[in-house]
Amino acid sequence: MEKIKKTKFQRYEIRFSGSGGQGLITAAVIFAQAVGVYDGKFVCQTQSYGPEARGGKSKAEVVVSNGPIDYPKALDIDMLLAMNQAACDAYFFDLKPNGLLVADSNLVEQYPTSRVVAIPFTEIAREEIGREMVANMVALGAVGALSGQVSLENLEKTLLERVPVGTHDMNKLALQRGIEEAGKVNLQSLPRELMSDDEEL
Amino acid sequence: MFEQKTARQLLQGNEAIAHGALAAGCRLFAGYPITPASEISELLSVLLPGVDGTFIQMEDEIASIGAIIGASLAGVKSLTATSGPGFSLMMENLGFACVAEVPIVIVNVMRGGPSTGLPTSPSQGDVQMARWGTHGDHPVVVLAVSSVMDCFSITVTAFNIAEKYRVPVIILSDEVVAHTRECVSLPAQEDIKVIDRIKPSVPPEWYKPYAGDNRGVPSMVAFGDGYRHHVTGLIHDEKGYPTQNSREVDAFVRRLTRKITLGFHEIMMTQGYLLEDAEVAVIAYGSVSRSAKSAVEDARDHGVKAGLLQLITLFPFPRSQVVPLLKGCRAILVPEMNLGQISREVQRVNQTACRVVKYNRVDGQFITPSEIYEELIKM
Repeated sequence: MEKIKKTKFQRYEIRFSGSGGQGLITAAVIFAQAVGVYDGKFVCQTQSYGPEARGGKSKAEVVVSNGPIDYPKALDIDMLLAMNQAACDAYFFDLKPNGLLVADSNLVEQYPTSRVVAIPFTEIAREEIGREMVANMVALGAVGALSGQVSLENLEKTLLERVPVGTHDMNKLALQRGIEEAGKVNLQSLPRELMSDDEEL
Repeated sequence: MFEQKTARQLLQGNEAIAHGALAAGCRLFAGYPITPASEISELLSVLLPGVDGTFIQMEDEIASIGAIIGASLAGVKSLTATSGPGFSLMMENLGFACVAEVPIVIVNVMRGGPSTGLPTSPSQGDVQMARWGTHGDHPVVVLAVSSVMDCFSITVTAFNIAEKYRVPVIILSDEVVAHTRECVSLPAQEDIKVIDRIKPSVPPEWYKPYAGDNRGVPSMVAFGDGYRHHVTGLIHDEKGYPTQNSREVDAFVRRLTRKITLGFHEIMMTQGYLLEDAEVAVIAYGSVSRSAKSAVEDARDHGVKAGLLQLITLFPFPRSQVVPLLKGCRAILVPEMNLGQISREVQRVNQTACRVVKYNRVDGQFITPSEIYEELIKM
């Protein structure tokens, strides 16, 4: 059976994954609002989590398209943000062959591919910003910059609308540090495919 | 005066239901929190006080539906929202609302069942329960939502139907629709059609609270209006007093259902997609209709003449839309996140030799377009 391709509208799919309490849904909502409300694209944001109040698996997805979106969840992921090893292992195989893995290098120790951007989100949040809680915003900055799907100004604008007053500076700094880290990455230097087993070494 | 925010915004299905309720004139919410319906009460707890409304967190779901029945009898449009386990608890009072003809709206955001089931996973397992969960021959209207915009507009429609027919209306959502965020621009309040219950045109001494008009629907007063008004769950005469007179009982029970039958063509809502020349069709509702739409497009791309009939009204079952489809198509596919609760309705009205194919998932996972596509091309 040949693989079905959606030809009508392009979809760009991002999955934010980790454990409950890491703020992945918040990050996805901010991304979706920036893309949908301010950039004016079509967007669907969904989430899935276990019955636990915190801990357990958590994931949130954003589908960006140039047309109306029927199926709201991710089908073939373009970018996977993995904020722990379990999420990385569970969802890696949902990535497209040329998709990109973005991982927290503090919490993911083994990468299943070399096509990975590993950034110490948690360490940056804890050491440089002073609150481990904003690791999600550092990651959001990186995902925003690496995906190329969202205006970074609109991302910051949305972030400031969504987070409580009094935490603006901290969250803004976190986002900017993520964008900055992503800027250091040369995507061209990465392998073009996740599983390049047919290439001769 | 309530002002609807019309600028483009990112909303969750549950949040859109809360906005829809306010736009329809709902001014009381009573409920008990439950995943995946809690965001409806969370948002209304913030918004209702701002429009002189009332938000009450009740001790359980039995009391929640009791509170909204009471509020509606006092003249206030009222809403409750729950999921399967809470909906089970509401069944007794749902029957009371049917028999006392109290307009209320109940949102059931379906999650995996039975019992406590799968709290955070989607399902469509409460479809037949919504129709037949409370005992006795009773009328209810059941509507299904599939997108954030639906959640807003169908909630408004639900209140309008409840008010116009004095009937409980159940909105079935599911975890996927409830938690999906999409961008919407809500209509301005003046562009929203809001229907209110009909007040009696006679003085109090002539008022018969359970005498149907030509549509079978009695006019309704609020407690405190000065009209005497007896409310009971017992079968009652036109004045509201219990009766066992077989002629009166028969007339009452038949009128309850007839008022919905008479309004069937207005209540029945469906959405057709690529049906004109369809040889095979999908009948779907709720979140699954989104996957189905995508699958139908894929099938068309591969030369299969497929179409989609999306059901918005599940009950009364939209047979006048389904029957022509059964006559015109070679086969009908009914994908559902249950073991076949609407496919049995399709089969019930299938008087032709059309093949009705079921596709069912009960593992807490959402049905994908490719699963529906695979079934479609086999037909």
